[in-house]
Amino acid sequence: MRDFVAPVLLVLLAVVLWRVAPFDTPENLGHVARYYLDHGIQDNRAANIVTAVIVNYRGLDTLGEVAVLFLSVSGAVFVLRRREGIVLEPARPASEIVTTAARLLFGPIVLFGAYIFSHGHLTPGGGFQGGAIVASGVMLLLLTERDRPMPHAAMTWVETWSGFLYVVAGLVGLALAGSFLANQGVLPLGAWNTLFSSGLIPVIYVLVGFKVGAELAALLDTMVHAGEVPDAEVEEGA
Amino acid sequence: MITQSVLYVLTAGLLILIGFAAVTMKRNLIKILLGFVMINTGVHLLIVAMGFLPGRTAPIIDDASYLSAAGDLAAEARHFVDPIPHALVLTAIVIGVGVTALMLAYAVRLYAVHKTLDVREFGKMKW
Repeated sequence: MRDFVAPVLLVLLAVVLWRVAPFDTPENLGHVARYYLDHGIQDNRAANIVTAVIVNYRGLDTLGEVAVLFLSVSGAVFVLRRREGIVLEPARPASEIVTTAARLLFGPIVLFGAYIFSHGHLTPGGGFQGGAIVASGVMLLLLTERDRPMPHAAMTWVETWSGFLYVVAGLVGLALAGSFLANQGVLPLGAWNTLFSSGLIPVIYVLVGFKVGAELAALLDTMVHAGEVPDAEVEEGA
Repeated sequence: MITQSVLYVLTAGLLILIGFAAVTMKRNLIKILLGFVMINTGVHLLIVAMGFLPGRTAPIIDDASYLSAAGDLAAEARHFVDPIPHALVLTAIVIGVGVTALMLAYAVRLYAVHKTLDVREFGKMKW
């Protein structure tokens, strides 16, 4: 019975998708997109209009999105904290080449991530992408040495304060310019297409980069160490 | 006539269908999760394809030749695609990473408790 239901549902879904698919592309942009392109640079001085939309026009949505990411990551960490039943094979040391290359590459990878999230208003990229790159550098280190001690306290600290300062940046906009996460009238907007421009946008994106990087690094560390008793609990038990 | 945007929409629909097939017909939990990831990717591609306009580029105005001649720092809108789907998908990708991590964590827990990834076995063990 079930083996018949699934293909029938699939065919129905295919029909529905075929009926609603937007095959005829519009000739021109919609009103909202036109507004962003016409006024985006005047409003924010950000060369990357997508960043202007994410951090300024839809800044509140991005704050909510950071909260959703925090919620899902902390949910995953919470689920993986219960360790009974998970058996990990003992860690095998990585080869000399992998270890040396990872140590050599970690610095440049973090630097590249910092470049991506500090240039979010100028080039493709931003806080989320840069944070993911930083976390990939951490993953490289964990691949070479699984039991490498991570600075958990520092990571929690970075995550907490970057999220808190994001809200503070929004409240500063509320106090100085009259709306939450406002950009005009808070910091000088500067000149278009230069690094120190577009007011609060790079500040917020750097904070998002720190937060996403620390969050994803903590998630990777928990995933790698799922099934192991943390040192602190071993000491308490002994 | 298959244009570029029709190709994007067809690929997105195909990804969604393959993902849905994996979710409904596969028994292995990991394959079901991969199905969800494929649906996720297909929806992203669909949203980006909806904002696509042929012959236009991403809305990053890094050159003065993209500004309007009036000198009021307005971008020439005819050069650029819709920035809104890009912003939506950028956030959706990050959420997708977090949700996938959560799903995988639950898969690890389920395997630890039941010692299997077969979803039919989970149904038998109701309480």
